[in-house]
Amino acid sequence: MSTQLSTPVNREAAEALSRSKGEPAWLTALRGQGAELSETLEWPKPEKVRIDRWDLTAIGGYKPQAAIASADELPEAVSNLSGESPAGFVVQRNSGIVFKQLSAELQSKGVIFTDLETAAREHGDLVQQYLFKAVAQDEDKLTALHSAIWNGGVFLYVPKNVEVELPLQALLFSDDAEATFAPHILVVADNNSRVTYVDNVSSAFEGAGAATLVKQSVVEVIVKPGAHVRFATIHHMAENIIDLSIRRAIVENDGRIEWIVGDLHDGNTLSDTRSLLRGNGSTSDAKVISIGSGKQQMSLTTGAVHVGRSSDSQMVTRAVMKDAATAIINGVTKIEKGATKANGEQTEKVLMLSPKSRGDANPILLIDEDDVTAGHAASVGQVNPEQVYYLMSRGISKREAERLIINGFLAPVVEEIPIEAVQEQLRSLLERKLEA
Amino acid sequence: MATQFVIDGLTASIEDKEILKGINLEIKGGEVHAIMGPNGTGKSTLASALMGHPKYEVTGGTATLNGEDLMEMATDERARAGLFLAMQYPSEITGVTNSDFLRSAINARRGEGNELSLIKFIRQMEGKMKELEMNPEFAHRYLNEGFSGGEKKRNEILQMMLLDPKIVVLDEIDSGLDIDALKIVAAGVNSMRSEERGFLIITHYQRLLNYIKPDFVHVMMQGRIVKSGGPELAERLENEGYDWVKEELGIVDETVGQA
Repeated sequence: MSTQLSTPVNREAAEALSRSKGEPAWLTALRGQGAELSETLEWPKPEKVRIDRWDLTAIGGYKPQAAIASADELPEAVSNLSGESPAGFVVQRNSGIVFKQLSAELQSKGVIFTDLETAAREHGDLVQQYLFKAVAQDEDKLTALHSAIWNGGVFLYVPKNVEVELPLQALLFSDDAEATFAPHILVVADNNSRVTYVDNVSSAFEGAGAATLVKQSVVEVIVKPGAHVRFATIHHMAENIIDLSIRRAIVENDGRIEWIVGDLHDGNTLSDTRSLLRGNGSTSDAKVISIGSGKQQMSLTTGAVHVGRSSDSQMVTRAVMKDAATAIINGVTKIEKGATKANGEQTEKVLMLSPKSRGDANPILLIDEDDVTAGHAASVGQVNPEQVYYLMSRGISKREAERLIINGFLAPVVEEIPIEAVQEQLRSLLERKLEA
Repeated sequence: MATQFVIDGLTASIEDKEILKGINLEIKGGEVHAIMGPNGTGKSTLASALMGHPKYEVTGGTATLNGEDLMEMATDERARAGLFLAMQYPSEITGVTNSDFLRSAINARRGEGNELSLIKFIRQMEGKMKELEMNPEFAHRYLNEGFSGGEKKRNEILQMMLLDPKIVVLDEIDSGLDIDALKIVAAGVNSMRSEERGFLIITHYQRLLNYIKPDFVHVMMQGRIVKSGGPELAERLENEGYDWVKEELGIVDETVGQA
């Protein structure tokens, strides 16, 4: 069962919707072009996962959303995901933003934290300058289609030299399988600024058997010279949702991006997180944690492209596969000619808990410069019976022993996550998905 | 009830090769037994078979602790019944801190609803670590990961002290220990000697027995206990080696199950 496109995605429809929302002309044109491109471009082709067999066109139709007056009105399933009243909070429900707030203090410092649709109207020059710069609109059918249909979304701008201490948060959720759910998140951190952004991508369907819905999202992070952005995202939607998530950062001189990705979604997943280290001394650190269950298929990719001299990338992915779940994990370190003294390290590890589960780790190093250092480590294995025996020999039950070992497999990455609230939340979601 | 541990006719094999060919041994609370013997005679197999290592299959016999046959139980049940094995090669487990592990083990032993409070646990753990002259930092390190040989052995003894078992099997606890560490480990073991607890010490060398005085000494060859005696037997083995035992019993090759 799947939802067919309620309106065909073509230039006319995309432009008409854009105009009806009062979007600026440049954005209407961009959406029209995206729709046209999407008719000819191909779907992305990740290694060993045939995403073209997924129901990728089940994108639903645009449905306007009524705003809520406070976060208290959120459905129970998602209402406890934001912690104590964050300094900034944006909530997207299905096709649109229903709630947003930003502390007066941050507003007075010039920080912008709102939905991307509003930002396109109110800060058009700024948005136009950066939208679809880290991700090319014509990269493939997914990015083109997304450029035509994206809705709601988040825009975060931090002015020069402003340091935002507390994490700004977003909650993006779906509770209507017929409504397009396609947030676009654009973060611009101006010179020497500092910010942490955390989002939860969730769902709240009543009962089982909801129709298939593709959730597609594109994240673009622009890290200007000397800026430091932490981007944490935790995905935990229901099985009926196909999660297509593209994340890209462009990092200028001495800038830093930290990615924290929790792929704990229950449905098929394409998760692709990459940093372009354009500036000298720019750095990227990506941590991805995933648990696969049921029959879900996952393609998890981290990547770093080194252009700047003395740039540094660290990538770690750890995945636990249960039941008949499959994960193909790719790590791509690319060092361009001229990126002298660059360093790239990557590790992918998969722990398989069932004979039917499958995990592949593919480290790829593409190096066109001699004066660099790079390393990779990959492993795919099962719970070590010697370790289970050792724990059991101290009176710990088999179940508890395995639980300790599995949590221990993920712990070295979870413990490194610099935001305590995210750590806590990840722990409880990990526990929940492991126990399920 | 005074602890009574009886191994009766225990046979065990690994990959269909019989290693233990009928072990008989009785240990009462308060007693320290030592099993000595050259390499490859089945000593460590006995320790692993008693604990239930997945690679060893017990093919016959019983090992009853206070009337209950441990061989009928899973490894964790044997531990909760009061058996403790200090291993020759303890596993390293990334991501599980030593203190989390110890607390899980203690609480598994105590049972649901009777868990030790965190404060009491920490107090106990820190006290015992001090006795063993362990760096307090080891509580927060991942279990055995990056521990030296001597540190792993101390960590085994720490677990023994905290778990308060009825029967303790020490498998080559002296291997890889320098003399100072050996004294500390031996002191830890001696502090645990009591009327309620029996010990089975497996070792190559007499050296350990200078610090932990055994009441009974057994020699193992070809997967059997071939000779038993008092502490004087260990001394003679130290001075004269094993050849006289082989000669006396007409044994040419003392090993078992070697390819």
